[in-house]
Amino acid sequence: MASSDLLATPAAVTSPPLVNDLSIQVATVNGSGSQTANLVLLRSIFQMGVPVSGKNLFPSNIAGLPTWYTIRANRHGYIARKKEIDLLVAMNPETAREDVLSLEPGRAVVYDEALKLDQVRPDITFYPVPFDKIVAEVCPDARLRRLVRNMIYDGVLAHLLGIDLAEMDTALTRLMKKKAKALTLNLAALQAGFAYASEHFEGRPVPFRVERMRETHDLILIEGNGAAALGCLMAGVTVVAWYPITPSSSLCETLIDYLRKYRIDPDTGKATFAVVQAEDEIAALGMVVGASWAGARSMTSTSGPGISLMAEFTGLAYFAELPAVIFDVQRVGPSTGLPTRTAQGDIAFAAGLSHGDTKHLLLLPASVSECYTMAMQAFDLAERFQTPIFIMSDLDLGMNTWMAEPFPYPEAPLDRGKVLTEQTLAAIGEWSRYKDVDGDGIAYRSLPGQFGPGFFTRGSGHNARAQYSERPDDYTQTLDRLLRKFESARGAVPEPEIELRAGARVGIIAFGTSHWAIVETRDQLRDEDRLETSYYRLRAFPFTHHLDAFIDAHDRVYVVEQNRDGQMLGLMRQDLTGTRINKLRSVRHYNGLPIDARSVTDEIRAHEARMALPPETSAEDAIVGAEEAV
Amino acid sequence: MSTPVVPTPPKKVNRIGLEPATYRGAKTTLCAGCGHNAISERIIDAFYEMGVDPTRVLKLSGIGCSSKSPAYFLGSAHGFNSVHGRMPSVATGAMLANRTMLGIGVSGDGDTGAIGVGQFVHLMRRNLPLIYIVEDNGCYGLTKGQFSPTADLGSTLKNGVVNDLPPIDICALAIELGATFVARSFSGDKKQLLSILKAAISHKGTCMIDVISPCVTFNDHEGSTKSYAYAKDHDEPVNEISFVPFFEDISVEYEEGTTTPVKMHDGSTLLLKKLESTYNPTDKLEANRMLHETARRGEFATGVIYIQPDAVDFLTLLNLVDEPLAVLPQGRTRPSRQALEEIMDKHR
Repeated sequence: MASSDLLATPAAVTSPPLVNDLSIQVATVNGSGSQTANLVLLRSIFQMGVPVSGKNLFPSNIAGLPTWYTIRANRHGYIARKKEIDLLVAMNPETAREDVLSLEPGRAVVYDEALKLDQVRPDITFYPVPFDKIVAEVCPDARLRRLVRNMIYDGVLAHLLGIDLAEMDTALTRLMKKKAKALTLNLAALQAGFAYASEHFEGRPVPFRVERMRETHDLILIEGNGAAALGCLMAGVTVVAWYPITPSSSLCETLIDYLRKYRIDPDTGKATFAVVQAEDEIAALGMVVGASWAGARSMTSTSGPGISLMAEFTGLAYFAELPAVIFDVQRVGPSTGLPTRTAQGDIAFAAGLSHGDTKHLLLLPASVSECYTMAMQAFDLAERFQTPIFIMSDLDLGMNTWMAEPFPYPEAPLDRGKVLTEQTLAAIGEWSRYKDVDGDGIAYRSLPGQFGPGFFTRGSGHNARAQYSERPDDYTQTLDRLLRKFESARGAVPEPEIELRAGARVGIIAFGTSHWAIVETRDQLRDEDRLETSYYRLRAFPFTHHLDAFIDAHDRVYVVEQNRDGQMLGLMRQDLTGTRINKLRSVRHYNGLPIDARSVTDEIRAHEARMALPPETSAEDAIVGAEEAV
Repeated sequence: MSTPVVPTPPKKVNRIGLEPATYRGAKTTLCAGCGHNAISERIIDAFYEMGVDPTRVLKLSGIGCSSKSPAYFLGSAHGFNSVHGRMPSVATGAMLANRTMLGIGVSGDGDTGAIGVGQFVHLMRRNLPLIYIVEDNGCYGLTKGQFSPTADLGSTLKNGVVNDLPPIDICALAIELGATFVARSFSGDKKQLLSILKAAISHKGTCMIDVISPCVTFNDHEGSTKSYAYAKDHDEPVNEISFVPFFEDISVEYEEGTTTPVKMHDGSTLLLKKLESTYNPTDKLEANRMLHETARRGEFATGVIYIQPDAVDFLTLLNLVDEPLAVLPQGRTRPSRQALEEIMDKHR
């Protein structure tokens, strides 16, 4: 940061406040009970009808390390992480100074008075609050003060930003309805914070303000993992095997809650499901594969390290042609890496997981709504194509709170795929386990204990009749049919969402949570650079036929992803012709934080500027890295 | 010339009207004389004699010579040759999906004691209804004879290499971990192995059966403690087994105090005649004592080492509906519109 910035007059203070366009970052110590305060803040803005998102940036630790919660409220509906922090709530002495120094000039800070942050720099508006004094007044029991202290900043923010205190009251009551004593204490802290701010900051200019809108009417707030769990529930999952791992644990934990509530047979009181917390991820997928072999709808959820352990079983399921639904809530790897940070780093690994010639179907949810719908689609596709399928969520989507339309009830019946029954046998005449009778590469399977003959299931060494074979022609035929099956899947996986802008020479391809940054990036490029862009939101692997046409329609196509090596672009290279590959540019974001629009916009702008230079000075740089200083 | 008319003898069938041939499988591809083939024969006999419908059986295995063998018995049953050391998880999933099936898993000493020891531990702990057979020859046959973790201290390979690590006693491990039917036998002891297998079919819970099954190609020489000769000399039966299936109306007389009678889950009776005065196979401590004492003498105890016929099995613990989860119709697995609405309301 240039020193002149430090000396700049806080400009925003003299201007009218910016309405419904701000990011709030609350810096606390993890384990200090800030979650309730942060959720109340998020919910109260949501209840006021303003589009909002909340992201927890937390360490791999239970208590004592710095943690940040960022809330973004935006009248245009931009809910990707905002690169700049507008309002900082500095509660953590360890990071307070650094947090304040990293702000842009003109921003605001609410802080614990004892930290004396107002001396750090002059170009920021400071609101000191004596948290210890206030909490002592509202909470006589010293042991409980730590838990209600954070509620005070909600009260202060309500006053400063114009958030209706009644909305905070409602949000808090909703979260704590079963804990009357805690609710009373927290309400008192909330009101005390508000009262303090009213008394001390009244009339002080505040650069930001929240005002009522009607943009969130009838929407829900939910985490991606909860939405995926709901999708599994509605997909009629019967066998669940899992091993705890951040950031996926809450998926199966939520699913267990739903199953216990909604899947107990009313007549017998018995469970129409089985859940096993396995001894590791190898066993978790082994159980899923065993269950699907015996005909059950089965699933597991995990993250990168678990995916590593699942490699061998994934290959077996691919060759034995058994369904398996695997949620990969991606995080930064490896085990001792940044396990609580987000990434799209498992794309290439999952797409070809296992040894030998294997490739797998991937679904790429961008929203909580897609976590729900793709969970259901995944079960249908896995059973239809008799193969493992990965739903590539990520920490940002899985563990953070997102707005969505209420989820629709699934109208289509479950697709259980090609199972041998009296009817299907009559239709096909003669049955062999691995015989492609329909020309789509998918054979009929008989299920143990049900109709049809038994057979011995094994890996790649079999012929069309499921007999043991190491004959070269049998093996080649198996591989070629599996490829045919994969090609058939191109026509069945979710299609991309394409938005073509008339006359646009530049296209953007993105997937998963990057979507939310791209929506904003496109507007930034249009508004700031007069650059119109078309958008291709990829929703599955294998790629569908739309990809060629999209690339053909543009001069340059930026492939945006949250990993270092452009993994999705790498998969595209395997599929596309040279001319099309040459049009692709890679924009990558990989610092562990959710991707933000500004970083992407800056990268595309820089590249486009180079393209505009005369040819001799143009650095033809196909790889553009979007690195961000943390 | 007239041919004398030979009356066709009545076909031999079991109690459910199936012929012995129905219980056979594909021709074995294992070495001639391999102990595993004898075990497959006993499995065929046991399932035939117990009158189990092969189409109601799930055969599961990991990787190795032993794990190939499910192809050689009960040919009409579904089988799954999975990955090395991971049969327990596949079996668990399959049994959860269809609790009405009878599961039999075949593993080896490497598949169980080395690569698969983690899954073995947790299978025993869960007490999943499953017959789990370890075809135990102390070596890796399919990769040409390396030591496995059940090889005894001092046992030698053909090339003279001496095993310098103590063995894992799979039976002791299984008892400690919670298996409710733990037995050991020898592939050459037809009568004992058959009785154990029939009793296992009647048991509800994990039946861990360690069968010493010599590898004729790599581990049947002088100096090996898993050879036919060694096994014959050091087999120490701890009880004499009589099994009376529920469908046979036989009352067996025995002298009070000489025999431990065990009432099995399906109504069959297992009579374990004591060969040592104080040993009680329903007592975990006794069972472990017996294993340690015989091992100290350089012998291996055979028979039903430990049995607990009425422990809660994993499927009961999970309170599953009676029907297979695999075939529940959509109406029973997809919650109602109202349920979804209720969940949506909680997120508004």
